[in-house]
Amino acid sequence: MNIRRLKDNISSRLMLAATVFACLLFFSMLIGLYIRARPILSLVPISDLLFSSVWGPSDGKFGFLPFIMGTLWVTGLATIIAVPISLLSSIYLSEYAGNSLRNAVKPLIDLLAGIPSVVYGLWGVLAVVPFIKNTLAPALGVETIGGYGVLAGGIVLSIMVFPIIISVTGEVLRSVTQDMREVSLSLGATKRQTIKHVVLRKARPGIFAAIVLGFSRAFGETMAVLMVVGNVPKVPASVFDPAYPLPALIANTFGEMMSIPLYDSAILLAALMLLIVVLIFNILARMVLIKIEKGVI
Amino acid sequence: MELRRVEESIFKILMILSLVIVMGSLLGVIGTILLKGLPALNIDMLTKTAQGGYYLGKGGGILNAIIGSAYLAIGGTVLAFFLSIGIAFYLQKEYSGGTRLSNLTRLCLDILWGTPSIVYGAFGFTVLMFFHMRASLLAGIIVLALLELPIMTRAMEEVIKTVPQELKEVSYSLGATRLETTLSVVSKQALPGLLTGVLIAFGRGIGDAASILFTAGYTDRIPTSLFDATASLPLAIFFQLSSPLPQVQQKAYASAVILLMVILAISITTRLLSRKYNKYIIK
Repeated sequence: MNIRRLKDNISSRLMLAATVFACLLFFSMLIGLYIRARPILSLVPISDLLFSSVWGPSDGKFGFLPFIMGTLWVTGLATIIAVPISLLSSIYLSEYAGNSLRNAVKPLIDLLAGIPSVVYGLWGVLAVVPFIKNTLAPALGVETIGGYGVLAGGIVLSIMVFPIIISVTGEVLRSVTQDMREVSLSLGATKRQTIKHVVLRKARPGIFAAIVLGFSRAFGETMAVLMVVGNVPKVPASVFDPAYPLPALIANTFGEMMSIPLYDSAILLAALMLLIVVLIFNILARMVLIKIEKGVI
Repeated sequence: MELRRVEESIFKILMILSLVIVMGSLLGVIGTILLKGLPALNIDMLTKTAQGGYYLGKGGGILNAIIGSAYLAIGGTVLAFFLSIGIAFYLQKEYSGGTRLSNLTRLCLDILWGTPSIVYGAFGFTVLMFFHMRASLLAGIIVLALLELPIMTRAMEEVIKTVPQELKEVSYSLGATRLETTLSVVSKQALPGLLTGVLIAFGRGIGDAASILFTAGYTDRIPTSLFDATASLPLAIFFQLSSPLPQVQQKAYASAVILLMVILAISITTRLLSRKYNKYIIK
C-alpha cells in the first residue's frame, strides 16, 4: 500500500517539475536574450536602433529600420493575401460544405500545416520567383532582381498561414450556436445574411484572434522567407523590391557575427524583438480565444 | 429580392474559389517538388554520404543528412515525449486542481507554440556559447525537444481532457491511485490522441531548419557520438540550393522529395492510427 502511495507521490512531483520547467522555459528565453542584447542597448540609444536605416556592423552602425520594415512589408502582404482567402474558405467549410467534403479537406489542411518551411521556400524559388520574373514583372513593366522580393515572400508566407487561420476560424464558427442561426433564418434572412449579420458578428473577436495568430506565425517565419525575399538591407518601396526581414537577418549572420564587436549583441536583440512582438500578439489572441471558450463573448 | 439572390451566389462563388486556391496551392507545392525532384532522385542519394567534391557536383548522396535528421528528430521527440506526457498528465484536475498553475502553464505553452523557431535557435546558441560548447547532435536534439514540447503537450492535453470523468471515478472507487488510474485508464483511452500528438511533433521536428541551423551544425559525415556536429535534411536542402551549380541544386530538389515523403508518411500514419485505435475507445 505504502509503495503505491509513494509511487503516486514521486510521479506527481516529477510531473510538477516538468510543468514548472515548461513555464520557466519561456521566461529563461526572454531573460537570456535580454542579457545578451544588453551591451548594445546600453551603448546605442533605442531610437537609433529602431529608426536608423544605416546598417554597417563593422563601423558600429546598427540601424534596424530596414529589417523591421522588411518584416512588416512581407508579413503585411502575406496577411492581406491570406485573410480573405482563408476566411472565405473557412466559412464555406463550416456553413455550406457537406460532411464528406469537410472530412476530405481537413486532412489536407493539416498536411498543408505540416509541410516544412524549407520545402515551401524551395517551392517559392522554383515556382513563385520565376513566375514573377518571367510573367508578372514584364507584364506590369517593373524591374525586379530576378523575381526575388517582398511579393515572392508574401505569396509563400500567405500559403503557410492558410492552415492556421482556417482551423482557428473554423473552431470559432463552430462555437456559434445553431439556435442563433435558426432564429435569423426564421425571420426570412437568407443564408448569407444570417452568416453576415449573425454568425460573423458573433464570431468577430475570434476571427480577429485567428488573424493575429496567423500574422504572428508569419512574423517569425524564417527559412521560406529567407530563400525568396532577396535579402537586401534597404527599406522596400514597393512589393517588387527586395527586403531583408529580421528572422532572415538572424539566420544569415549567425556564422560571421563573432568577429565584429557588438554584432552578436545586435543579432540577439533582433531575436529578442521577434520574441516580444510574438509574445504580445499571442497573449492578445489567446485572451480573446479563452473568453470565447468560457462563453463570455 | 433578386438582388439578395445574386449577392448570395456571388458570395458562394468567391468562397468556392478561395477553397480551390487553398487546395490548389497544396497540390501546387507538392506537384512542383515532385516534378523537379523525382528525376534527380537516385539510389546513390539515399545510400551514400556526401563524397569529396560533392558540392562541386560530383558523386555521393545525402545519407549523412537522412541519418542526421533521423537522430535529431527521434532524439528530440523522445525527450519531448517524457516532458510532454508528464505535463499533460499533470494538467488533469486530480493533479493541478484546475488551479492558477495550470492556467499559467497553458498560457506559457501557447506562447512557446507561437515562438518562432529561429528564436529557439538563437537562444540555444547563446546557451551553447555560455558553456563554451560547439554545435552538436546533442544540442540539436535538445533544441528540437524544446521546439516540439508545446506542440506535443497541447495535442496530448486536448485528448486527455476528453477522457470521461466517470471512467476515472470508477477506477478511483476501486482504490486505484492517481498514477494507476492515469497509466491504465486515461492513457489507454487517450492512446490514439497521444500517438497523434507524438507524430505531429515529430513531423514538426524533422522539418525544422531554423532552430538547428546554429545548434546542430552541418557535416558530411554520419555522427558517431552525441557531441559530433550533424547534417540534417532541411539544412541539406537549404545549403544545396544556395549552390551556384545546377547539378547541386538538383540534389536539393531530390532531398526535398525525400523530406516531403517523410511528412506524407507521417500524415497518412496519423490518419490510419486514429482510425484503427478509435474502435477500442469507450465512448
